[in-house]
Amino acid sequence: MSGTTLFEKIWESHVVRAETDGTTLLYIDRQLVHEVTSPQAFEGLKLAGRRPRRPAATLAVPDHNVPTTDRKLGIADPISAKQIQTLDGNCRDFGITQFGMDDIRQGVVHVIGPEQGFTLPGTTIVCGDSHTSTHGAFGALAFGIGTSEVEHVLATQCLVQKRPKTMEIRVDGTLSDRCSAKDIILAIIGKIGTAGGTGYVIEYTGSAIRALSMEGRMTLCNMSIEGGARAGMVAPDDKTIAYIKGRPLAPAGELFEQAAKSWRALKTDADARYDATVILRAEDIAPQVSWGTSPGMVLGVDQKVPDPTLISDENAKRATERALEYMGLTPNMPLTDITIDKVFIGSCTNSRIEDLRLAAGLAKGKTVAKSVHAMVVPGSGLVKQQAESEGLDRVFREAGFEWREAGCSMCLAMNADVLQPGERCASTSNRNFEGRQGAGGRTHLVSPAMAVAAAIEGHFVDIRKWS
Amino acid sequence: MQAFTQLTGLVAPLDRVNVDTDQIIPKQFLKTIKRTGLSEGLFFDWRKRKDGSPDPDFFLNQSRYHGATILLTRDNFGCGSSREHAPWALLDQGFRCVIAPSFADIFYNNCFQNGILPVVLKADEVLTLINAALETEGYTLTVDLGNQRVTAPDGTTYGFEIDPFRKDCLYRGLDSIGLTLQHETAVSAYEERRKKEAPWLFTDLS
Repeated sequence: MSGTTLFEKIWESHVVRAETDGTTLLYIDRQLVHEVTSPQAFEGLKLAGRRPRRPAATLAVPDHNVPTTDRKLGIADPISAKQIQTLDGNCRDFGITQFGMDDIRQGVVHVIGPEQGFTLPGTTIVCGDSHTSTHGAFGALAFGIGTSEVEHVLATQCLVQKRPKTMEIRVDGTLSDRCSAKDIILAIIGKIGTAGGTGYVIEYTGSAIRALSMEGRMTLCNMSIEGGARAGMVAPDDKTIAYIKGRPLAPAGELFEQAAKSWRALKTDADARYDATVILRAEDIAPQVSWGTSPGMVLGVDQKVPDPTLISDENAKRATERALEYMGLTPNMPLTDITIDKVFIGSCTNSRIEDLRLAAGLAKGKTVAKSVHAMVVPGSGLVKQQAESEGLDRVFREAGFEWREAGCSMCLAMNADVLQPGERCASTSNRNFEGRQGAGGRTHLVSPAMAVAAAIEGHFVDIRKWS
Repeated sequence: MQAFTQLTGLVAPLDRVNVDTDQIIPKQFLKTIKRTGLSEGLFFDWRKRKDGSPDPDFFLNQSRYHGATILLTRDNFGCGSSREHAPWALLDQGFRCVIAPSFADIFYNNCFQNGILPVVLKADEVLTLINAALETEGYTLTVDLGNQRVTAPDGTTYGFEIDPFRKDCLYRGLDSIGLTLQHETAVSAYEERRKKEAPWLFTDLS
């Protein structure tokens, strides 16, 4: 009998019952809840007279609608405010722990799960949010669900699932100077396309992945969904265990030792088989910049904007033409010639302390270009506090960046942080869809290092050569 | 949930690939705490021209597609965000069926929770149907879930695959939470076993 993959081990340990056709009732260890995708789920429970099965397995936080300006002023938009009040009320009514807007622990849901030690290896984790894949960085099976399934998990602590296929994405070698996890995942999406991972759970393997910090692995797994995969994961190792130890919601003492022993055994067996394998070399990955309106429309910064007349596939040609028109770009122009108006450093992809340290390190002693408005939005209140204790906020402010409160902010612009029509933004977030950061806004996805360099120069630069 | 058995309805073609859920319903409509009334946000940015006036070229603004119940579209429909507001908005507009060569996983799943049937046909079949719908005003299709086939007005039939469990739930309009609750004994037994294997997962987090 051949061995099993990391995914299969986690899946098997969560099967409550399986039908002969493969339909499986899967146990869900933990659920994260935010204000946007939960009101209708709680309403459903109320209408049916149901209660959460394990309220203590759920953690709630408002993040999408919260202002990143002074919280004491409250929320200007009454509809946003109502959604957040609704979460407050539901958490109270159903006995669910919530880090409210004024709690120092508040932040982007996918930042606070790991930060609090809520996210653990070997678990199944869901949230009504597609970037739940982030938590796979810890060797968890973590995936986004719709609101009906949020209600299903609240009521039953289970989900009905069919087993997905497995895909290994192996990245060996050493990244170029200043290249990061963000460049790896953008290059992967550029290679497999935005539907390449549909129906799969990805496991990221290889020496370049093992070399990533936990923050880097979270960035990587976060954007699995942009490659079409609901979940991405990295096998836990000593880095994972060291990261978890001592966090508020993580097991402690003897229980931690017992858990760590089990986590060390969580890896794909040498003789296990994946349904598909994709291989990249880290040395081949240049700093990435997205040029279009889909995360798969991405190239190395040393490349030029694609020329639709050179594309033979009719669908790809039309999609490219449409994207270039929306983005206001000319075929064959070097990506380094693209000038920008705004810079956003933040989101569940790149707003952790390591991202901010790296960005501040590059911004130190420099000045944001006059034509650029740049902002930094930490992933959580605790990330903000840590950054301030290290003086990173001063570095950013002195360089001309705005330093904000924690939240999703301009990643999807549900709060007041919005691009104006035609504005062009270098963003460390995860989606460059039309209008994602504001109707008519133009998003270029990049790493934090690329975003800082673009803020200072006013256009994209190849950070490998930038001084 | 409303059951889906068979539907004969007007077809609206959306000839684009990779339609993401941000396009199906943009963020400003996600602030609601209700499931209903979301059709005003459906394809909101694509309905308008740059000056804010309705775009006469967009299908939802064309009277010939008013009352359409079947949406015909291209690869990777519903990619991006997990927002269930996307199927809610389609349903609120009157769509009960979406036909495409492929769907993003979360959107596909969300359809079944809301009485919408997502049908996967081959890319060339979808192209044929899109062209027919563009050429013929009042073009209708019959979608038969029981027999897993789509029938065109000329009698051509196109078979499709669907997971038997999902088919059954949709066909009978079952409450999926109610079904899971019937397995309470199995869930409790699982939890008892798991508490011994991995006790750290059962500590009180509150």
